Amino acid sequence: MRIDCKHVWEHISAYIDGDVDAELRAEIDRHLETCEICCAVLDSTRNVVVLLADDRVFELPVGFTDRLHARLDAELALSEGP
Amino acid sequence: MTKSHNPEQDAERIRRILAGEKQLFHELIRPCERSIYFLLFSLLRNESEAEDAAQETVIKVYRNLHLFRGDSPFRTWVLSIARNEGLGRLRKAETRREDSLDALMDNEAGDFTPAVLTSWREVPLEALERMELGALLRKAIEGLPGIYRNVVLLRDIEEMDVRETAAALGIAEGAVKVRLHRARALLQRELAPKLKGFTPRRGKLFGWAK
Repeated sequence: MRIDCKHVWEHISAYIDGDVDAELRAEIDRHLETCEICCAVLDSTRNVVVLLADDRVFELPVGFTDRLHARLDAELALSEGP
Repeated sequence: MTKSHNPEQDAERIRRILAGEKQLFHELIRPCERSIYFLLFSLLRNESEAEDAAQETVIKVYRNLHLFRGDSPFRTWVLSIARNEGLGRLRKAETRREDSLDALMDNEAGDFTPAVLTSWREVPLEALERMELGALLRKAIEGLPGIYRNVVLLRDIEEMDVRETAAALGIAEGAVKVRLHRARALLQRELAPKLKGFTPRRGKLFGWAK
């Protein structure tokens, strides 16, 4: 049985994560061979995932690390140990 | 940037810190800083409050380090402390945001159909500048309902695995997968039409001519 687009969309996230079984993967791959729309949806979803992992997109506030370790130094100086 | 972590090294550092080498705590916590901050930012949605909560979290981790049992990765334990810190602050806040935490259930009916975009492969008319792209992505993430935002921050931004994400958020692995799927679907629909033409540092985007 040929799966439809909606079925493919339901599994896109798992498909990207390699979290679908071999049979479902093969069905999705077969569908993708002929479906422009699902290919575009898959590509764009993957691109979003790739971009999210780009460290430049989500940066710590400027000075965050310095302030954190300064606060920690004050704590360490006061404490006798954890 | 250290997104991965090393359990043996963590265990050794913890042993030495507890034995008196306090200063080593700086190195122990460093690989967790980003995850702590972004988890708290996803809960609190405010930079300065997230930073303050992150500092409190780190102090609590230090003070309670002797309680760490090593039955989960160190970062998972740290993030559960961060989550409690964040949830405690949310509870204290008198006016809670409508969508914070409980308002949205996993069985909520919603429209998770993707943006249909057959022109994704077309050469873009204009490439987005890096700053614009970052702003777009951050805005899209901030616009997500809280339960989806947490999961996408840990899974896709901090690149934690399903198990670690589930443990850090105190939810089932199945819920992580469902929420991640919905979060990505919402982000795709919001972002796909706007993101044509940007190339990330790691590898090329899919579906693009070289």
